[in-house]
Amino acid sequence: MSRTEVFLDTFFNAAVMRQYLPDIIDGFFVTCQIAILVVVSGLGLGLVLAIVRSFRISAINAPLIVFVDVLRSLPPLVLILILYFGLPNIGVLLSGYIVLWLVLTLVLAAFAEEIFWAGILSVNAGQWQAARSTGMGYLQTLIYVILPQAVRLTIAPLTNRTIAITKNTALGMVIGVGELLNQATTAQSFAGNATPMMMATVAYLILFVPVVYLGRWIETRFAWKHA
Amino acid sequence: MDALITQFFNLEIMLKAWPMMLRGLGMTVLLCLAVIPLGLAGGLIVALASTSSSRAVRWTTAILVDIFRAVPPLALLIFISAGLPFAGIRLSPFAAVCLSFFLNNSAYYGEIIRAGIESIGDGQRQAARSTGLTALQTQAYVVLPQAIRNVLPDLVSNTIEVVKLTSLASVVAFAELLYSAEMARSVTYNASPIVMAALMYLALLWPAVRFASSLEHKLKS
Repeated sequence: MSRTEVFLDTFFNAAVMRQYLPDIIDGFFVTCQIAILVVVSGLGLGLVLAIVRSFRISAINAPLIVFVDVLRSLPPLVLILILYFGLPNIGVLLSGYIVLWLVLTLVLAAFAEEIFWAGILSVNAGQWQAARSTGMGYLQTLIYVILPQAVRLTIAPLTNRTIAITKNTALGMVIGVGELLNQATTAQSFAGNATPMMMATVAYLILFVPVVYLGRWIETRFAWKHA
Repeated sequence: MDALITQFFNLEIMLKAWPMMLRGLGMTVLLCLAVIPLGLAGGLIVALASTSSSRAVRWTTAILVDIFRAVPPLALLIFISAGLPFAGIRLSPFAAVCLSFFLNNSAYYGEIIRAGIESIGDGQRQAARSTGLTALQTQAYVVLPQAIRNVLPDLVSNTIEVVKLTSLASVVAFAELLYSAEMARSVTYNASPIVMAALMYLALLWPAVRFASSLEHKLKS
């Protein structure tokens, strides 16, 4: 076989493609599902934590800041391994799917809290005073006046961070979650051929290139500026 | 509570695993010393290419950057270490990690440095050129020093991400910190070595995370 033939046979083998396409599609949907769940729960929890932090109760904020810092400092894979292999020993059995979702949610929440909090801080103090003087309560001011401005400021850094953490769904491979990368490596070792891995790469491009472009568009549209 | 301590904070197991973990930590540091300069150098090339005057160079760079930003780092690493051997290209775990990190990090560092370069007004370039500096000298002595300073917080926080990402090397059996911890865990059936690795990562990275945040606040105010 010529070099080109070897290359095509290794990475674009039609027979292998046909055989493993269903597996790759299954994995693709599992990846999408976890990604969506993580984005919703992570951003939601992050926003709640930022709101809690804005009350400035030090008994709550001190542990909150430690939690956020720890989750921002640790590699997500370390947390995944601790929960997946450690918890069963104390009688808590969580599936790989749940562990992956939980860890990525907590990590995204930590980063999102920091970003939302920076956004809240960057809204001019005059906005608070003006809103409060019209008779709005604290929460009303936060929800109707401050957050709409703060969230707008945070959109660009938040999108980038969210994309980076969503790509970590691939870590599910290490704990046997049937997501895209796992399906591809399993198929690759059964087929003795790298085509499934190439299919997974293409699937990742289909999934994330539009998201990267969306992120880039958002970045120019809502550049991080002072309010 | 007792179960929690023996399963996650078992001192006896931690002491036994200590020498192995220390070697792992050494390998993690070594890996960082290889992949961070590689990524920065690649990023600089990417940034210069994506601000080049040739449209063909700009477009090719943009496509490559988007591809490597869209593929999860672990998928890229597995592709290189487990996929390429089928085509007869066999790399050691260390080389595979370095290559995949180079491709991934160059894209990220490149985007950051490009943003820095674009933040420098054209007047700087024109003024530098009119004093007789060549195009290359202008980049090296006038544009880049200011560009890098403007995006320093992003460079620092990306570097923190790179250090965290080195934990992926454990998946391809490179004996860094997390791999050593995982080995110790599978021998002892106890999660304490991984908790210990977590503490080591914390000791390494928490100050860096704090530093990055303070850098961000300082520049913004």
